[in-house]
Amino acid sequence: MIPELGNFSLVLALSLAVLLSVVPMIGVQKNNELLMTLSRPLCTGVWVFMVISFGCLAYAFLDDDFSVAYVASNSNSLLPVYYKFTAVWGGHEGSLLLWVLMVASWTYAVSLFSRNLPLDILARVLAVMGIISVSFLLFMLFTSNPFDRLLLNTPADGTDLNPLLQDFGIIVHPPFLYMGYVGFSVAFAFAITALLSGKMDAAWARWTKPWTNAAWAFLTIGIALGSWWAYYELGWGGWWFWDPSENVAFMPWLVGTALIHSLSVTEKRGVFKSWTALLAIAAFSLSLLGTFIIRSGLLTSVHAFAVDPERGMVLMAIILLVIGSSLFLYALRAPVVKGIASYTATSREVFLLINNIILVVSVAMILLGTLYPLIHEAIYGEANKVSVGAPYFNAIFLPLMGLIVIFLSIGSISRWKKTSMDYLKSQLLKVAVASVLLGIVIPLVVTREVNVPIFIAVALALWIILGIGRDILTKTANKASLLEGLKSLSLSYYGMQIAHLGMAVIILGVCLTSHYSIEEDVRLAPGEQIEIGKYTFTFQGVNREPGPNYAADVGTIEVQKNNTTYMTLYPEKRTYFATGTVQTEADIDVGFTRDLFAALGDPRGDGAWVVRLHVKPFVFWIWMGAFLMAAGGITAILDRRYRVREVRQQETVTKTPGAMGSLKGA
Amino acid sequence: MKNLILLFLALLLLPVVSQAAIEEYAFEEEVQEERFKQLTYEMRCPKCLNSNIAGSDAPIAADLRKEVYDQILEGRTDQEILDFMSSRYGDFILYRPRLTAGTLVLWFGPALLLLGGIIIVRRMMLQSQDAATETGLTQKEQEELDKLLDRD
Repeated sequence: MIPELGNFSLVLALSLAVLLSVVPMIGVQKNNELLMTLSRPLCTGVWVFMVISFGCLAYAFLDDDFSVAYVASNSNSLLPVYYKFTAVWGGHEGSLLLWVLMVASWTYAVSLFSRNLPLDILARVLAVMGIISVSFLLFMLFTSNPFDRLLLNTPADGTDLNPLLQDFGIIVHPPFLYMGYVGFSVAFAFAITALLSGKMDAAWARWTKPWTNAAWAFLTIGIALGSWWAYYELGWGGWWFWDPSENVAFMPWLVGTALIHSLSVTEKRGVFKSWTALLAIAAFSLSLLGTFIIRSGLLTSVHAFAVDPERGMVLMAIILLVIGSSLFLYALRAPVVKGIASYTATSREVFLLINNIILVVSVAMILLGTLYPLIHEAIYGEANKVSVGAPYFNAIFLPLMGLIVIFLSIGSISRWKKTSMDYLKSQLLKVAVASVLLGIVIPLVVTREVNVPIFIAVALALWIILGIGRDILTKTANKASLLEGLKSLSLSYYGMQIAHLGMAVIILGVCLTSHYSIEEDVRLAPGEQIEIGKYTFTFQGVNREPGPNYAADVGTIEVQKNNTTYMTLYPEKRTYFATGTVQTEADIDVGFTRDLFAALGDPRGDGAWVVRLHVKPFVFWIWMGAFLMAAGGITAILDRRYRVREVRQQETVTKTPGAMGSLKGA
Repeated sequence: MKNLILLFLALLLLPVVSQAAIEEYAFEEEVQEERFKQLTYEMRCPKCLNSNIAGSDAPIAADLRKEVYDQILEGRTDQEILDFMSSRYGDFILYRPRLTAGTLVLWFGPALLLLGGIIIVRRMMLQSQDAATETGLTQKEQEELDKLLDRD
């Protein structure tokens, strides 16, 4: 009964979403205020029924209702309760349901927090988001309904959730990732609205910016969680493999980063408007493409696509429709929203444009590399397949990132419209000299080896960090004290600097961990030791221990530092009952300056095992940097200028005499 | 069958890197070990979805690791080992695609795009410099603006 209720809610959500995508548009066309106003309650309706539907599926999982096909193939009665809940988005149908729930949630959030938007703009934005909901609801109901029943042969027990997914990191990874993906639909809807109305001004950029930042911050966290999960769950000690599934999340992130920077230019200077609109369309299109590529299995194997051509074709049709129609609209309307430029060769506008170009070239490169095997196969035949993997992506992506970091400090220190060369020199010459010198000296003193990639990485990171310091000092120089100066800086400025600092931290983390990690795969008998760096690992043997839905071989590895016992690691090798899958669970001691990593391989007789031991310096900084970036994005949203309009509105409503004063201040 | 499909799709949600293979290989020199790591990192497991032979549990990946190990000990160079592997399994096994007529676009496309980008920036800079000297207004607009400013 409950699954039917969920299904029924889906249909109701679809009906309301159809109304949402049509009625407000007609309202705008006929200038009918009532029809435009209807968009808000319709959003609420879609959201409420999506929540009910999601709740029903969750209930089916918690209730072990294996008559529901999706539950039967993704859950098991032995599964711990929290994994039963997260199994809701453990497969195709459920993750689509989560996807649509998130579209509905973002739409609802826009209707809640944009009361100050002109009604016609709000109506159009919500309607565009309604269209997205409709497409994916239709897709779900017709090809991937999570509530389909197995009524005749109801299995006694479920297949089980993929053991790789029985983990905390993966519980939170998809929701964040999807929040990011889907969040770009807001920027997309704003861009489409601007193209439809021909109005795209600084105010438009100001409305769009916080939504874009929020989506970008979610995506940042989502990608970081995915990489963290791969690091500790897959047992290989790596954290990024340039796998298609990683690339398709990374591309919208890079375009989103470009969009944030380009929105700043549009907001502050009213230029690059059509470029900004194009980026907003691209960010969401790439999110859709990512969903399509992962869901259709196109890239993992061309044959997987044929396994379920119906789904793939429908998704592709949706994507072509969205991308095609928005680009068509763009081609028709982009000239209308052109801005008049007025800036010089060394202005911040130009530096941000350079940032955008490097980011877009990176995205093009990743897209090319990801799709190239398919293209090559199509031209040269199946016998001449090629692979494009990490060595290729690293070879091209890293130089591009080096280039962007050089412009990062110049761009964030330069001024709008015109920055004199003398000013740039006075600000950055010392910073440049100091970062190059320290970039060589510090690693040389610490490690006593010449390692050019490390010199470059440390110098680039210092270039960012010292550049931030320099800029803050300049900006606070004319205040009475540093503290007072710091207080006078805006939150969006802090947001920018925190995110940039995050970039520096990531550079350090990536380079130090890739160059100084020590990895040993060794055979150890109980009592045997191995020395890695400053640490001595002593293998104490393996015990068999039961888990809730698996049995585990648990290894005990004592770690000593300076001849005193430091800590103990317990890597596991689990065998899951339901599927018989064997799963390595690494044990990691996370530290600020290094991670200790232990994973069990295979037994080699007489109690000896092959053990993988890593000492990975600064690997934690990769995720810390990503977290700083996301925090920067959120900090910028909290800036007064994005909130002030709400204050203004309240004041207009109450018509207090003081209202005009604060309006001017805004 | 349907369940199989569902399970397969569920797997697709994730990076398709399979579980790491953990084995012991003893080398006399550290350089050899580094080369082993690099080579097995850059070679794709021919039977897996998408993982290198260093990180795959598949039997064929284990065979290939053994092969790489033996060849390193025999004193073969990296290039010889890669050539041997690709003659046996095709270029599919190389994660770093060779530079051939078919991969020219792949290797040089990004540089060309960047060049195109630089040309665009350059052109915009020149245009905007003109605009900057003209304050971006037509002469008539400029006169109107002057008039307004004067009146203020």
